[in-house]
Amino acid sequence: MITKFAFLIPLLPLFGFVMIVFFLRWKERLSAVFSIMTILAAWVMSVIVLIETLARHGEAYEAFYKFVDLPRFILEIGILIDPLTAVMLIVVTTVGACVEIYSVGYMHNDPRFSRFFAYLSLFLFSMLGLVVANNFFMIFIFWELVGLTSYLLIGFWFEKKSAADACKKAFITTRMGDLGFLVGLFMIAFYFGTFNYGGVFAKVGEGVIPAGIITAASIFVFCGAVGKSAQWPLHVWLPDAMEGPTPVSALIHAATMVAAGVYLVARSMSLFVGSAEASLVVAIIGLITSFMAASIGLVQNDIKRVLAYSTVSQLGYMIMALGLYGYDTAQHGHSPGFYAGTFHLYTHAFFKGLLFLGAGSVIHAVHTNDIQEMGGLVRKMKTTAITFMIASLSIAGIFPLAGFWSKDEIVAAASHHPIFLVGTLGIAFMTAFYMWRLCFLTFWGEPRDQHRYDHAHESPKNMTYPLVFLAVMSVIAGWVGLPWLHQGFASFVYHGEAYHPHANYLLMGISLIVGLSGIYLAYLMYYKKSISAEAMAERFRPIYKLLYNKYYFDEIYHAVLIRPVLAVADFMWTFDARVVDGLVNGTGWLTIKWSDIKLWFDTWIVDGAVNGSGWLVRQGANILRFLQTGSMQFYALFILVVLIVFGVFKLEATAVLVGWPFVSIIFVLGVTLLWLFTRSAFVRGRNGGQTKSEE
Amino acid sequence: MAVGDVGIVFWILSVAIIVSACMVVSLRNIFHCALALILCLFAVAGIFILLGAEFLAAAQVLIYVGAVAILMIFAIMLTSNLAAKKITQTNENALVGLLVCVFFTLVGWVLLKKTYEGIWSHLELARPLPSDNILTLGKYLMTQYALPFEVVSILLLAAMIGAIVLARKENA
Amino acid sequence: MLAYLVLALVLFSIGLFGVLTRRNTIGILMSLELMFNAVNINFVVFNKFVATSALVGQMFAIFIVVVAAAEAVAGLAIVLLLYRNWQGIDTDNDSVMKW
Repeated sequence: MITKFAFLIPLLPLFGFVMIVFFLRWKERLSAVFSIMTILAAWVMSVIVLIETLARHGEAYEAFYKFVDLPRFILEIGILIDPLTAVMLIVVTTVGACVEIYSVGYMHNDPRFSRFFAYLSLFLFSMLGLVVANNFFMIFIFWELVGLTSYLLIGFWFEKKSAADACKKAFITTRMGDLGFLVGLFMIAFYFGTFNYGGVFAKVGEGVIPAGIITAASIFVFCGAVGKSAQWPLHVWLPDAMEGPTPVSALIHAATMVAAGVYLVARSMSLFVGSAEASLVVAIIGLITSFMAASIGLVQNDIKRVLAYSTVSQLGYMIMALGLYGYDTAQHGHSPGFYAGTFHLYTHAFFKGLLFLGAGSVIHAVHTNDIQEMGGLVRKMKTTAITFMIASLSIAGIFPLAGFWSKDEIVAAASHHPIFLVGTLGIAFMTAFYMWRLCFLTFWGEPRDQHRYDHAHESPKNMTYPLVFLAVMSVIAGWVGLPWLHQGFASFVYHGEAYHPHANYLLMGISLIVGLSGIYLAYLMYYKKSISAEAMAERFRPIYKLLYNKYYFDEIYHAVLIRPVLAVADFMWTFDARVVDGLVNGTGWLTIKWSDIKLWFDTWIVDGAVNGSGWLVRQGANILRFLQTGSMQFYALFILVVLIVFGVFKLEATAVLVGWPFVSIIFVLGVTLLWLFTRSAFVRGRNGGQTKSEE
Repeated sequence: MAVGDVGIVFWILSVAIIVSACMVVSLRNIFHCALALILCLFAVAGIFILLGAEFLAAAQVLIYVGAVAILMIFAIMLTSNLAAKKITQTNENALVGLLVCVFFTLVGWVLLKKTYEGIWSHLELARPLPSDNILTLGKYLMTQYALPFEVVSILLLAAMIGAIVLARKENA
Repeated sequence: MLAYLVLALVLFSIGLFGVLTRRNTIGILMSLELMFNAVNINFVVFNKFVATSALVGQMFAIFIVVVAAAEAVAGLAIVLLLYRNWQGIDTDNDSVMKW
């Protein structure tokens, strides 16, 4: 049973990362190949794990190791393989593999080619670890790892100021959400005594935890999802994250980072069903996000930004569906929301990955992000254009592509809530419109920038193959969730009891019509030009400006949050520069002065003492050296004199002899010694000329 | 000066020793010095006999007079320029040396006298040495002092070899 | 006894004077012999008057005579060497060890 070894799935990319960083960094091709090998191996294992999970009829497999085992608190490292995990593994590894293969072509000639693959591997490791984790503690660790690696990848071209700013923005903004997540984790640890999913959810089910605590914990945990999945009001980082290389955008948007938020909500659904209020908050935030992002997407001109807002919008969809499920279930209702959210997460990964990779292909060809400078590219890049349009059809919810089925379920989930239903359909309409606006402006019509058009070319095969593969997936991925299937997606990935979808042809028809009308409007405006886009913009100028400037969120944040923070920081800086630095520099100045004094003391007093004693010794030696006559007899004489002096003192000591003879003897000996000194000087004068060893 | 009961022979020998010793240290002709040394050594040998050390007196005559003094004379004849007798034989230490030596003698005399009066006079023995002291000496040399005897033999051997090595001409 | 000791003292002092003052190296050696003799006299005197039985003083004197002979041999050899190298044996010629 390969599932036992499912922990290897995240470890494989980590192994790739380590190998690249430490051994393969200098061999670009080898790095890429090795990285792709590891993710492909992980993909194969994921497929096997999925098959085995299917064979187990969705029964969860859990294995863990307790590394903190206290009476009231347990911390584990472990894996949990249930249908949701298995599906997420497939999604992440599939999109990851496609992105890595695609990157070989896209990042060609980049000076940090190997590093890019190392980062990608690390990113995939983080995401896969997040998916297989069996407790909140582990998921948080990998959550932060995802944040870190996304920071590295978004800022991959850190020479560009915008990229450096974007990665900081992404990191800090998601950190806001993570703060909430952390508080939620603390609450879970405090009130539930465990991080294990099963343990936590069991306690929710038992009803021993006060409802308020569950609501608060749920909302705090949801904060993390808001940050990571770029929900309002923390959505501002995602469009800026487009500054990273396009494969990174694809990975972040389709399968990894933003999916992590949705995954977290889906994973902790048992927590949300315990609190209708929290679920409602989730659903409302999802709706707001989705609507806001879709409306902004209507007017953007940067191809990647349009896709970014589309992602935010689709994520809002999923969050909304999950929230509605939680709300309905908390009210003991019945809802396809969970199934719809996870199913859409699954299908969305394929067509959004495809859209980004296609956009990357276009950017690679024309070297601009501005769709106003494109046009007519279908004639130059057939594969890219066709796959891109398949993905656009899919996201617009056109029968029978993948997006249709999942979006249909979301509409079904919202069908009991009129406001949500209207919002959902409106969003679906806008989605179809802006996606096809993008298609028409990019691939159809006449080239608006002839130079770029002439320069454009189809991308190399290692870039188009992933496109084709993902295009196929975008078509067929949804078929596992056909409402007519009895053993489809819904009976595999579910929360609580299995949900059996039934085909609601009315809703299907409505959503199809909405999608088609969106496309038709785009067709009229940007292909036939029977409705002037400029005229529309002019007519609804305030709205247009509002949308074009993204509801001024960045500006509002700048004014409300960033500027005060900067002002405080500025004040702190001034304080630092004036007072703290003043103190430090003053201390330094004092030290210098003090050491000047010490230097003076050292130079004149200490050195003086040392040199002075040396000088004294030298002068003394200058006198005493005259004794060194070199004549042994002179030395012998000296010895004798000293001997006599001692003999005299000995006599004195034994008191044998006292009185004048003795004093006179000492006197004469003293005179003799003195005379010896002077005479040695004389000898020196006499022999000075012939002294051999005079220095 | 109370020098005790010593007799005329001692006085004659003493005068001979002191006079000849003074000649050794003061004569200009080094060869004459050597001759005065021989006389002095003979007189010392006489003193030894007076003191009952007959073997030592004989050894004194044999070794000092017969060997060392002759060696000195050889060395003098090998090295000195005998014609240059005018050169002063004393160095510039002479005066102070004399002075110091006189003091040494004075201090020594006082010390000897006081010590003699204090200690040695009570220890002085009246009885003479045994008449067969040469026999005893020989026995001692072969028994009790055998090790120093052998050591001193080796010392002599070493001195001999050393002298040969030192005096030998390098290219001889 | 005291007369002998004073004689030895005087002889020693004369030898000392010679050692201190002779310029000729052989002269110094001869003066040294005088000093040795003075010491020997002392030993023999003490042997006779203080410790008769053991003959230690005479024994010591004999060894001193032997060592003095060895000293004379080595010393004269050195004198010859000096003469050969410096063409002279005066002590104040070879003051190479002075300052």
